[in-house]
This record gives sequence, C-alpha cells and structure tokens, in this order.
Amino acid sequence: MTEQPDGQVAVRVVDVWYAVDSRWVLQGVSLEVRTGEIFAIMGPSGCGKTTLLKLVGGLIKPQRGEIWIGDTEISHLSEAKLAPVRRQVGLVFQYAALFDSLTVYDNVAFGVRRHITRREDEVAEIVRQKLEMVGMAGTERLYPAQLSGGMQKRVGLARALALEPEIVLYDEPTAGLDPIMADTIDTLIVRTTRHLRVTSLVVSHDLTSVFHIADRVAMLHEGRIITRGEPQAVRADRNPVVRRFLKAGGIVTDEDTSTVEEPER
Amino acid sequence: MQTRMSMRHPLSSLAGRATQLVLFVGDMGILLAQATGFVLRGRLELRETVLQMALIGAQAVPMVVITTGFTGAVLALYSAKLMLQFGVGSLAGGAVALAMARELGPVVTGVVVAARSASAIAAEIGSMKVTEQVDALRALAVPPVQYLVVPRLIASVTMLPVLGMLAFVMGVFGGFAVAVPIGVSSTSYLLGIRELVDTYDVFAGLLKTVVFGAIIALVGCRAGLRTEGGAVGVGQATTSSVVVAVLLIYVSNFVLAYLLFGGR
Repeated sequence: MTEQPDGQVAVRVVDVWYAVDSRWVLQGVSLEVRTGEIFAIMGPSGCGKTTLLKLVGGLIKPQRGEIWIGDTEISHLSEAKLAPVRRQVGLVFQYAALFDSLTVYDNVAFGVRRHITRREDEVAEIVRQKLEMVGMAGTERLYPAQLSGGMQKRVGLARALALEPEIVLYDEPTAGLDPIMADTIDTLIVRTTRHLRVTSLVVSHDLTSVFHIADRVAMLHEGRIITRGEPQAVRADRNPVVRRFLKAGGIVTDEDTSTVEEPER
Repeated sequence: MQTRMSMRHPLSSLAGRATQLVLFVGDMGILLAQATGFVLRGRLELRETVLQMALIGAQAVPMVVITTGFTGAVLALYSAKLMLQFGVGSLAGGAVALAMARELGPVVTGVVVAARSASAIAAEIGSMKVTEQVDALRALAVPPVQYLVVPRLIASVTMLPVLGMLAFVMGVFGGFAVAVPIGVSSTSYLLGIRELVDTYDVFAGLLKTVVFGAIIALVGCRAGLRTEGGAVGVGQATTSSVVVAVLLIYVSNFVLAYLLFGGR
C-alpha cells in the first residue's frame, strides 16, 4: 500500500496464546505489522482484540508465544526492561485513560517531563505542538472531566504522540463517538501515520472506520485470526463468518460477492 | 472485599481469609521493597509527595487534635479522681502523659489516619486502576510504584510522627483541662509528667507511628493497585483497606510495645 520497499516489520506476534481464568482468549494468534502501515484488527466484542493490543503494548504477558517490537522480544521482559520498549510504543486507550487529577497540559507533559526534558519551556513547546496536531489547542488548563469523549481521545492521542513513538496502538478509537468525531479521529490516525512515519495498529469493531483507514486488515474471531490481507481481498473473502460480519457492518452486500468494486478510501 | 467473595465461595472460611491476609501482607512487603528501590535511585515525584503530605498529614490535624485531646481528657477523668483519693494526685499528669506517649497517642493517630487515608489512597488508586489510568502510567514508561506508591509512602511515614507528636501534646493538654478542675494543681500535673515520662517513651512512641504510617500507605496502595471490577471493586478495596490497616496497626502495636517497652 504505502511505499513498502522490502516490508520491514514493526510488530511481530508469533503463535500467541492467552488465557483468563482457564479460558483461552487468544488461541495461537500470529501477525506481522509492517513499518509505516495502518494495520487494523476487527472482530466482534469479546473476540480478544483488546487483549491482543495489551499484549503488544506489554501490559500483559502471554502464556505462550512471542511478541516482537522491532528487534526486541518483549513477552518475557521485566517491567524495568520493558521501559525503553514502551517509549517506542504509544497507547491510545478506549476511554482515553487521561489522568483525571491533572490538566490537559500536565497530561500531555507527563511523559515528556520524565523522559525527554525537564526544561519547562521545552515541555511547553512539545505540548503546544501535539495539542495543535490533534486540534485541541487552547484546552491546556481544562481537566479531563470538562472534555467530551472525543476530545478526551484526542488528548490521549496527543499524550501518546508526545513521546515520539514509532508505533501507536489504538484501542477502539472511534467507539462511542458520533460519526463526525469518528471521522475526525480516522483522519488523525491517517495523518499521524503518514506525517510522523509511525506504524499504527488499530483494533476496532467500527468497520466503516477500519475499511476507511487501514492498509491491511485482519479479523479476529473466537481467539483466532480467520482472515487477513488488503481491504479488497478481505471484502472478497468467502468465509461465512467474515461475510456475515462485513455484511452487518455495511461493508459488503449480498450481491457484491467478489473483488474490487470500490477503490479503497 | 469479603462479603461477595464468601458468597461466591462457600468454603472461603476463616482459613481462606487468613490466607488472603497473608498474601496481602506479602504484597505489601514487595511494594515496600520496590518503593525503597525507587527512593534509593532518587526517583522521587516531588509535586505528588508534597500534595500527599498535605492530604495525609496536614488535613488530618483537626481530627487528630480532637480525638487525642478527648482521649487525654477521659484518661484524666478516670485517673485523677482515683489518684487524688489515694493521695498521689501529683502523678495524674504523669499517668496521662505516659499512656499518651507510649500507647494512646500513636494508636489513636494511626487509626484516625488509617480511616481517613488508607481508604482515600485505596479509592483513588483503585479508581485509576479500573479506568486504565494505572495502565496508562505503565504505557508511558512511568512505573506506578514510582508515581503512586513512593509519594504516599514517604508522605505517610514522615507525617505520622508529626501527627503523633501533636497527639501527645494534645493528650497532655486534654488531661490538664480535666485534671486541674478536679483538684490536681497545675504545677504538680506538669511535674508529674517529668517524674514518669522519659524522652525515650516519647520517641519510641513516635517510632511506632512511623511503622503505622508505612502500614497505612502500603495497605491503601496494595488494595488500590489490585482493584478489579469497576465501582463495586473500588468500594470493596476501600473497605478492605481500612479493615486491614486497622488490624495490622493493632497487631504491630503489640509487637512494637513488646520490643520497645517490654523490658521497662
């Protein structure tokens, strides 16, 4: 899709198994996300999408399998050894997870002060840039509770981007937003991926959004990946589970059983 | 945390709870070790620490003043009259001060702060846990122990002795206010303190409050960081933090009393 000379891999998940209370949430998931692309994982609620994202973010550890961020296998690293990896990976949480005792400014400045610079003029400049990038300039003095859900998500994105990550993970970026705000967030994801040359991994059940922004798509169903590929290819997939899901999401109709009617995006 | 769990597991009896308590204390030990590690490496969150000192220490002053003042007063009420009857009224001040310095000052302070702050710490960190703010810290490569536990531990451990000192003074004061109208002369009340109370008693009492401070912060943090399951979970964490903190304060108080005053 994007210029992908020899397809460097930013994230590699190899045969990952993860169980909660002796129930397997993920059953042998493998995938590769190429540097600079937007990779979307879709699937119904409870299929394990968020779990997969948390594994890639190093927040939880798999029972089996490997997770590579660039050249580092993170599934067995201690919290201390994970710190440098985490700085390369930004996480945008489903409900933003802003620190509610801190202002928007301090939220975005949080990681900057601790990892990049202690000089407040430099911190202020980075915060200004990132807030402007997500269209939230002027909200510095507000607290998260004073913002709408969509605004909180944008501040959450600014906070993640402030550490200049190479990879950004998005957990349901458009869930619960009105269509216009969802579109704004989609545009932001595409823009940050292209302009900042980051790699984006998005999990979502919002199929309009997924097929709007993704370079490649995978579908997770009952802990397994049942299809993957470029959007046109997935649209044409004959697997009945995939077809039912795409149909319910308004991505395909009964008639368009195959191929490339619609140029993607 | 207990009612729901015991409903779900009929077998979780006394033994089950004891196991939970042992695990809880074990986690506290791990937290203490991790927090000490960050302190030794100088990873201190100044702003957060000062804020917590105000929340845990300064804001507890009215409660500590009132509870310990009345504790001293009630001690004097019982002891002064009795001592006057036996002709040792001059020791009333000493008796009140000794009890306040060794036992009642530290314990009442500990329990008051446990009720205020162990619960507040558990509720705040618990809410952060269930809203993914704790995960957000980790994602930003800021260890939750560094940002959440260390400031609360430092604030609690440093402010408790200050409150403990205040408790001692207020207890003596409260006793004075009751004993003198009953008939103990003000001079003999104060001289009685010098007679019976050593500096050691006061400082050993303050040493107890340091331990209580660590217990309060670690219980609150542990309960908060292990919170699961939304608002219900936060409620359970808050309740259990106060229960466990008060329990551990009383148990450790006995051990400390034995070690510090057992031979005196």
